[in-house]
Amino acid sequence: MAKILNVRNLEKSYSSGSKRLKVLQDIHFEVEEQKTFAIVGPSGSGKTTLLGLCAGLDSPDTGSIELCGSELSELGEDERALLRNKHIGFVFQDFQLLPTLTALENVAVPLELQGDKNASKISKDLLEKVGLGDRIHHYPSQLSGGEQQRVAVARAFSNRPSILFADEPTGNLDAETGEKVEALLFELNKEAGTTLVIVTHDIELAHKTQHILRLKGGRIVENQEKQV
Amino acid sequence: MNKHKTSGPGFSWLFKMAWRDGKASGRKLIIFMASIVLGIAAVVSIQSFGENLKDTIALESKALMGADFKIDSDDPPNERVLQIMDSLGGPKAKEINFASMAAFPQHEATKLMQVRGIEGGFPFYGELETQPVSAASAYQKEGAALVDATVMLQLGIQPGDSIKIGKVSLPIAGALNAVPGSTAIFSSVAPPVLIPYRFIEESGLVQTGSRIDYEFYFTAAPSADMEKLDEKLDPMLDAEEADLDTHTSTSDRLGRRYENFGKFLNLVAFIALLLGCVGIASAIHIYIKEKLRAVAVLKCLGASKKQTFLIYLIQVAMMGLIGGLVGTVAGLLLQQVFPLLLEGLLPVDVQITFSLQVIVMGVLLGIFMSVLFALYPLIGTLYISPLQALRVIKEESKKSRKAVILVSAGIFLFIFLFSLWLLEDWVYSLAFVGGILLTFAILAGVAYLFMQAIRKYFPQQWGFVARQSLLNLFRPQNQTLTLVLAIGVGTFLISTLYFSKDLLLAQASIESQSSSPNMILLDVQSEQRQALSQTIKAKDLPVLSDIPIVTMRVQSLAGRSVQEIRKDSTSRVNGWVLDHEFRTTYRDSLIASESIESGSWTAEGENLNPVPVSISTNFAEDAKVDVGDKLVFNVQGVLLEAVVGSIRKVDWSRMQLNFSLVFPEGVLEKAPQFHVLTTKLPGKEKSAELQQELVKKYPNVSIIDLQQVLNVIEMLLGRISWIINFMAFFSILTGIIVLLGAIRTSKYQRIRESVLLRTLGAKSKQILNITALEYIYLGVLGGLSGVLLSLISSQLLAWLVFESPFTPSLIPFLIIFPGIVLLVLVIGLSNSLSVIRKPPLEVLRKEVS
Repeated sequence: MAKILNVRNLEKSYSSGSKRLKVLQDIHFEVEEQKTFAIVGPSGSGKTTLLGLCAGLDSPDTGSIELCGSELSELGEDERALLRNKHIGFVFQDFQLLPTLTALENVAVPLELQGDKNASKISKDLLEKVGLGDRIHHYPSQLSGGEQQRVAVARAFSNRPSILFADEPTGNLDAETGEKVEALLFELNKEAGTTLVIVTHDIELAHKTQHILRLKGGRIVENQEKQV
Repeated sequence: MNKHKTSGPGFSWLFKMAWRDGKASGRKLIIFMASIVLGIAAVVSIQSFGENLKDTIALESKALMGADFKIDSDDPPNERVLQIMDSLGGPKAKEINFASMAAFPQHEATKLMQVRGIEGGFPFYGELETQPVSAASAYQKEGAALVDATVMLQLGIQPGDSIKIGKVSLPIAGALNAVPGSTAIFSSVAPPVLIPYRFIEESGLVQTGSRIDYEFYFTAAPSADMEKLDEKLDPMLDAEEADLDTHTSTSDRLGRRYENFGKFLNLVAFIALLLGCVGIASAIHIYIKEKLRAVAVLKCLGASKKQTFLIYLIQVAMMGLIGGLVGTVAGLLLQQVFPLLLEGLLPVDVQITFSLQVIVMGVLLGIFMSVLFALYPLIGTLYISPLQALRVIKEESKKSRKAVILVSAGIFLFIFLFSLWLLEDWVYSLAFVGGILLTFAILAGVAYLFMQAIRKYFPQQWGFVARQSLLNLFRPQNQTLTLVLAIGVGTFLISTLYFSKDLLLAQASIESQSSSPNMILLDVQSEQRQALSQTIKAKDLPVLSDIPIVTMRVQSLAGRSVQEIRKDSTSRVNGWVLDHEFRTTYRDSLIASESIESGSWTAEGENLNPVPVSISTNFAEDAKVDVGDKLVFNVQGVLLEAVVGSIRKVDWSRMQLNFSLVFPEGVLEKAPQFHVLTTKLPGKEKSAELQQELVKKYPNVSIIDLQQVLNVIEMLLGRISWIINFMAFFSILTGIIVLLGAIRTSKYQRIRESVLLRTLGAKSKQILNITALEYIYLGVLGGLSGVLLSLISSQLLAWLVFESPFTPSLIPFLIIFPGIVLLVLVIGLSNSLSVIRKPPLEVLRKEVS
């Protein structure tokens, strides 16, 4: 199967006071299309940094990332934004819905950015699919945490992404709601044939994916393809 | 992959996003918008009223003069002037006017009045407004007088009573409310009395040396070109020492006079607008900070830098548009108040109309100012990393240095260009921008230094409440700088206006406190001197000075005759020097208001030829002459050769008789002359008594009661300062709105702090005290900086402009400053009471949701 994400010799450091702190080093891995992929590791191991780099939200110090056939280092900021809009979906730990937009408007934003005339209809269908058909005109502050995350999942799938990055998608939810959101993620992933990359602490969640990449101290300590 | 047809979002999507986001942030945006509404309203009202005034003056230019044009002269017209007037078809009306004492025998009262003897159908445009109305036409036929309405009211005079002017006594036909072209307040020192021309001769007041104007009124066909007429006739009449005034040139001159005052008010209004813009910049700064994560999320979802920037730019522009519209409507309504505020100061009843140009200006100004001042915080959105959606990055986004410089340059350029448009003088505009910059910089500097000083010397030994309130000034997203600026600029404006008014009044009344004279007797004939002095002395009053006055005109300057200079188009000699009838004096020494700048003073000049004359600095500048230059004067037909002996600096602002030309003793004693005597009276009653006696015995003598003049000046300044205060009020209100905005913006922060404190066991009273102290610090810091800064600027004004000592009034310190602190405290506390009174959890739920 074709590779949708190909990471080579990745290094990233941040300045901390007068020192440079290496957050990631010697990172190599690849993700195949339509696979589910988990990045796990303890706090501070560099998981979220790696996710940000893979999604083109930040640039590495050295190394290369090829995403959906494009070498990210060769793209400018706005070109990367376009790439994200066309091929990538996001689910964040703290939902990151736009507080001034209703559920429907939040889901429609990626489609509207593409100029899709059917944005509203598609968004409505998606919200119904995630069980929020009756709450489409509610603002995020009027929704519970689980409902907000379901809106976020609907938004992540609204542009039919080739790859979806989820950063601790159940981290801010109770166990029961978390499970529902997980189920929804995998269901939509299967249905749309999207590649799913999840950053998580949750080993149980990680084990539901086809591939686990374990990080420690900014290095890969395990890169395991699971036999399903 | 996406299977839908796409074309990328258009401009309409940006508007949609701006609207969606703005709709939900409505409350916050309203307060930002209000910051500019008042400033726009102030600028629009002044601008619109100014335009209306100018238009009305131009429209009623004929009514302002009462004729199409007039020819006037200080002397009876000579043959040549009469010929010119004949060639124009002859005057339709004529007038002689001069100042003289008038007596009201039934009321045992006297008053210095401007006597206007009129013959013919004047005014041909506009009308004499009288009470009863019929008096305006009847006074000529009945041989009666029309007396200024205010004088009639003051002295209790009724139509039918009589007035005595010189030797003639006339019945009063009615009260004169308005004469075309004259303003009530400017004629209050010598209010007008209109009488038929034929009685002037009989009054016996037209004598050599009297200050008399001869005016001849003409009408012209509606198609007549006044400019051409002016160009053709004015040089000819100038040569004969007469002058042509057309209705258009008079209205232009009048329009300019009011325009200058309008410009000043416009600047005061502009300051209110700028203050509002500081509020916008500060509010948008906090607003955008709150939006940073939303911007990052939008970028994550694929929005470009430009798109996210434009969403918020459109929001700000919309806010500016609404602010501009509301402000413009408010300004247009507000201008209706100006005729009331300016009552008595305007020569016309202003027709209020709505000019499209002013409306467009108001709306554009709203958009432009909002965008310009919001641009600095807005460009921050360009530099926000989408990574912020994943994790909070503490470091501030780094704005491009170039963008910051460009925005700052844009702001200053705009302020400069707008002031240039208002003032039409780039030096003044630069000075204005410099002054604004300096004031803002000093106030910002004071706030910064204060905060640094507290950090460095933090009073650890203070109690918890005092320390906590001080620490609040440094809380994240604190508004200390904005608040100090808003409070400081507002206080600075009110105090400076107060000090300046004080300065002007002190300048005028300085003489009344000293032993200088408070009554001046003009036009005293030589043969009346002795007897008049005796009359004064008999009442135990001093004759403080007896100044001889000799009238003369310039015949030649440094060897060139006046005619020659007039013909020379390259000559830089100022026209007034050539046309003016100079009132000169002679004496052997300088007086207190004079000092020699160059040359030497000559006390006695009996045998000197040419005679050394001392000229004032302004005469030297305007006549382009220096010490040693020869001058020839025409002293009522006799030529007098003189040489510039000295140049004197004269303090014209002192309320005493000052002269451009002073001769030594022993030269002019035999020339036709009259005298000015001065005396000092202890009170009003004594003054009235002396005036009555003098008018009876010496009807030709004009009496100026300086106390009355001072009252008029005080009234005028009072009225003007009323208008200035009215405009400054906009700055204060804007300051309050900016203050409210800043307090509301930091409300959430303060709620969290106080809830945390209460959770940790702080009592409501302690939290209230912390909040109160915080606002007291801000009020004291801003208010005190403002008052002190205005004290310094007023002191500079006193030194550099008025050149007089300045004793500051205590009002700004005792009333304005504490008032401002109290205001800040009340606004601050009233916004925080809801936070303090309620239980922590309820507050958190309510305020945070």
